[in-house]
Amino acid sequence: MTDLLARLGNIAGHYNLYIAILLMVAGLYVVIARGNMVKKLIGLSLFQSSVYLLYLTPGKILGGTAPVVDPRFAIYSNPLPHVLILTAIVVGIATLAVGLALVVRINEAYGSIEEDEIFARDEATVKREDRAASRPPRRAGKGAR
Amino acid sequence: MREHAPVLMVVVPLFGAVLAALVRRPGPAFAVALACGFAVAALAIDLAVAVSAGGPISYRLGGWAPDVGIEYRVDALNVPILLLLGVTAAVATVYARRSVASELPVGRVAWFYALYLLCLTGLIGIALTNDAFNAFVFLEISSLATYAMIALGRDRRALVAAYQYLIIGTIGATFYVIGVGFLFLATGTLNLSLIAERLGEAEAARAVVTGLAFVLVGIAMKVALFPLHLWLPNAYAYAPSFATVFLGATATKVAVYLLFRYVFSVFGAAFVFEALPTGALLIALSLAAAFGASTVAIFQSDVKRLLAYSSVGQIGYATLGLALGNAAGLTGGLVHLLNHAMMKGAAFMAVGAVVFRLGTCRLEAFAGLGRAMPATMAALTVAGLGLIGVPGTAGFVSKWYLIKGALEAGMPWLALLIVASSILALLYVGRLVELIWLRPRPADAAPVAEAPLELLLPTLALAAATIWFGLDTRFTAGLAQAATVGLFGGAR
Repeated sequence: MTDLLARLGNIAGHYNLYIAILLMVAGLYVVIARGNMVKKLIGLSLFQSSVYLLYLTPGKILGGTAPVVDPRFAIYSNPLPHVLILTAIVVGIATLAVGLALVVRINEAYGSIEEDEIFARDEATVKREDRAASRPPRRAGKGAR
Repeated sequence: MREHAPVLMVVVPLFGAVLAALVRRPGPAFAVALACGFAVAALAIDLAVAVSAGGPISYRLGGWAPDVGIEYRVDALNVPILLLLGVTAAVATVYARRSVASELPVGRVAWFYALYLLCLTGLIGIALTNDAFNAFVFLEISSLATYAMIALGRDRRALVAAYQYLIIGTIGATFYVIGVGFLFLATGTLNLSLIAERLGEAEAARAVVTGLAFVLVGIAMKVALFPLHLWLPNAYAYAPSFATVFLGATATKVAVYLLFRYVFSVFGAAFVFEALPTGALLIALSLAAAFGASTVAIFQSDVKRLLAYSSVGQIGYATLGLALGNAAGLTGGLVHLLNHAMMKGAAFMAVGAVVFRLGTCRLEAFAGLGRAMPATMAALTVAGLGLIGVPGTAGFVSKWYLIKGALEAGMPWLALLIVASSILALLYVGRLVELIWLRPRPADAAPVAEAPLELLLPTLALAAATIWFGLDTRFTAGLAQAATVGLFGGAR
């Protein structure tokens, strides 16, 4: 009984990691399953954020302070994961910014940010180009529309 | 000054990017890019000479010891990649001015050079750094610059291609970070050499295997390893011609280098091929790339797309060399990175010259072009022969080593399959060559002049290199063999 309780306690104690994994899978699912380009980016952001949690959780030491030099504190959290994730957050923001800028440009060019509509239009473009290429060459001056 | 060469290789193009963005005008921005390209090439050659004379160079950023700070490391494995990046940067930048000016609006040219230099910074950084997380940061620097460069293509499909690459590239990079996180948890360090030392005594064996899986899949997305290659054809087809030349010659090669680095000098071949069925999986995927992507290439009607699919297939040969895991296979994989960079660089440059003259790179436009642009088309033909692996071209050398590796590994069927996949390359190159040299030019086609000298010289230089290094393999194969010896010497 106590063994089972200890095991349950151990599982519950890792709740941070479970949340991280949940966010990771949910984010990746949104990227794959949604056709809306903005929603895809939201999923991507979620996916990246889960990694921040994955790094930060083991870096935190219970009862530890921020890593400052002070004789009153002996235990402090590992600063390295925090610094790494600060960099990763910047990278994530930059990615999101570039992604959103691309979506704005796509919306200007296509009038839509739904992936299937855009693919349908691209396919139509390809067909038009292929038709234009396979048409027998017209004599100059005659075939102008 | 000379001891700072490793960090200068990153700093020079990084500040060049800022400078190019600040000057805002096309002319000066190009001058900055050209200066950076040649400076990077000189630094790469200098480092190569220093390493071959005095062994690996370790550069500590800010003087911090490797277990605390970031270490740059130049050894036999990344010297070929640094040379590849430096020389490509120098040769390709010469090509850039006319090609970029013809495809981009004047206001965006300076920004484009800034992006190009940022991308170069990131790629050089990945090759130089010996720090797992630093490699991620450089990976993202180069990737973000690449997304923006692709989006500057003229066709609106370039935007969608850039967006798709952004999604897949970010997932790949995030997978890589997750893997690095597990390695950090298991070993307490981010320095690749220290990770390699401490992995043996790491208690959390499962964390290490998970880390390995995430790192390999993450890098495989950047490599465009079949079936994670879907971002590549559109990205290469719709990007501005110069971006295609540069990315086609360098970007995936650097990712393959990272794969080599992790498999052989961090995890160790014994661990990678025993802990997971990596070897069999990689051989299967590489063959699928060589056959699948090459077959798709045969049916393309856009020459840039055709060459892009061919790139996916050719990357399969490099990963095949890695998967074989013996000295000949590794040498073949590494030398193929260099050879493919020359051949694909020359091919994309020639196609870029056609875009410059005709404004299109559809297959029909190439009909009879051999008479109008003989030098450019000769370069394209030589590059195509290299892609097939015809003896006397660089492509033959890499396939020779791969076949040797397959035979040494006791897989004669694999050697046969390598030869069989070359026949597919023969089909897509043959289709192009037949169109260029044997068809007449359509009667109503406008007269076309040979490409201007600025575009022609770099193209011919790379085509000449394809032949030169196909006949005289001492330099390229020597570099790859030195790297292989280093890998097996350092392998646990």
